[in-house]
Amino acid sequence: MDIRLSSVGHSYGATEVLHDISLDIPAGRIVCLVGPSGCGKSTLLRFIGGLERPSDGQILQLGEPPEGSLNPLTYVFQDFALLPWRTVRGNISLVLEDHGIRGADAEAVIGDVLTRTKLIDFADALPKQLSGGMKQRVAIARALAVKPAVMLMDEPLSALDAQTRELLMDDLVGLWTRQPFTAVYVTHNLAEAVRLGHTVVVLSRRPGRMREIIEVDTPLADRVAGDVDLEAVQKKLWTLMRDEARAADSELVNV
Amino acid sequence: MSDVTINAPTERVVTYRGGGFAPSPRRWVGFMVFAALILIAEWGTRAQWISALTLPMPSDVMNTFRDLYSSGLLFKHMVPSLSRLIMGSLIGVSCGITIGILIGLFSYVRAGLSPLVAAIFPIPKIALLPLFVIWFGIGEGSKYALIAFGTFTPTVVATFGAVDNVDRTLIRMGQSFGLSWFSIVRKIVLPGAMPGILSGLRISLAIAIILLVAAEMLGAEYGIGAYILEAGSLYDLERLFAGVVILSLLGVLVSGAVGLAERRLLSWRV
Repeated sequence: MDIRLSSVGHSYGATEVLHDISLDIPAGRIVCLVGPSGCGKSTLLRFIGGLERPSDGQILQLGEPPEGSLNPLTYVFQDFALLPWRTVRGNISLVLEDHGIRGADAEAVIGDVLTRTKLIDFADALPKQLSGGMKQRVAIARALAVKPAVMLMDEPLSALDAQTRELLMDDLVGLWTRQPFTAVYVTHNLAEAVRLGHTVVVLSRRPGRMREIIEVDTPLADRVAGDVDLEAVQKKLWTLMRDEARAADSELVNV
Repeated sequence: MSDVTINAPTERVVTYRGGGFAPSPRRWVGFMVFAALILIAEWGTRAQWISALTLPMPSDVMNTFRDLYSSGLLFKHMVPSLSRLIMGSLIGVSCGITIGILIGLFSYVRAGLSPLVAAIFPIPKIALLPLFVIWFGIGEGSKYALIAFGTFTPTVVATFGAVDNVDRTLIRMGQSFGLSWFSIVRKIVLPGAMPGILSGLRISLAIAIILLVAAEMLGAEYGIGAYILEAGSLYDLERLFAGVVILSLLGVLVSGAVGLAERRLLSWRV
């Protein structure tokens, strides 16, 4: 299933936050959205997931979601959004219960996703007992459990420290290599975008417009720190964004 | 001054100033405060510097209590009181939680009912007892109604405040995974509001005990309130105090039960 954004724009009252965004998100690829803070990239992600409605344009699903997909458009949140009163297992079974998957069927799915995210030994832990990185892996496991057609990741690594971020990026690359998934990945961290994105979309400062689409051709699994090509891409991205970021930073916030 | 060689800097241990502001459980202190107060009262009344008219001798109160127990009258008073307390607060608390959640979730219910709740909250419910007697009869009905009404308002206020404080990102998460409205309320909103609801429950149940006594002062043959009222009108201080002790014990018991529920239901809290 592909996603197409056709001239999406949005205003909060008189403030225009997004202007004429058209973009195709092809199946099996990770599209990173980068841009200065306040450019509306998280808002765009909420439109794609149907949590908010754009004032102009449309979000289209092209084709049917794959067989067995319980929740085609699935989020991974920056602050994990785990229920603190449920164990790891309970948090994953939460999203299965409403689809009528209980008992042995649910156990099978939970076992599978926890193995894939290397969390199988922590199934009965409460979120408060887990580190930030493990919490985010639980959230990723929960997202995988509903067999999403497209994963919508809203700065999933921003709340984590640098080392954990590296480890989790490796985990995401590993997950994708074993079983490619489609993802829209919002971040303000260019290193993440270059490491994980097949396509990097640069948005301008508010109102967010498409500035540039950059394809990164190196296969995900071959991307290592210090790779010359990747460094070059990251540098190019930064050049594109620097002035925008500076201008955005000195704007008065009145929204 | 210039000739003096530079002294080694004086060493001083950094003063500790980080203590306090973190109460930790001290099990026996509460019990000892009680015991000390009772001992002082006993000593004072025996030594006559507290007159028998001011305060009864604690050992006499104890004897009265023992008589009450051995004559079986204790249960005759306790059973109707407890059933009134449980029935009344069950009705009040369950209605309160339901209405509180509705106020927390729906704009129209909030706009319509929250001023109403604010209007009835400060009414002293005891003042309405005669009205309840007319509406629900002199029997159990008016007693249930008074206790229910008294526990209802604080429960509503606590519940809708707690619902307002439920983490919105968790609700967003529920929506993004396609959970039904009912599932979101049951699995996310209700457990998320539980800490606030339980602390509201502490207040509501204390109010329920106060109102229980008030309700039993009108048209009840048995019950702790009736017992206290009778003792008071006969100026029988021993019995009056025996009744008061029962109420205090009831209060401690209820607060202990809420504490137990908090530990069971909120063990997930950091």
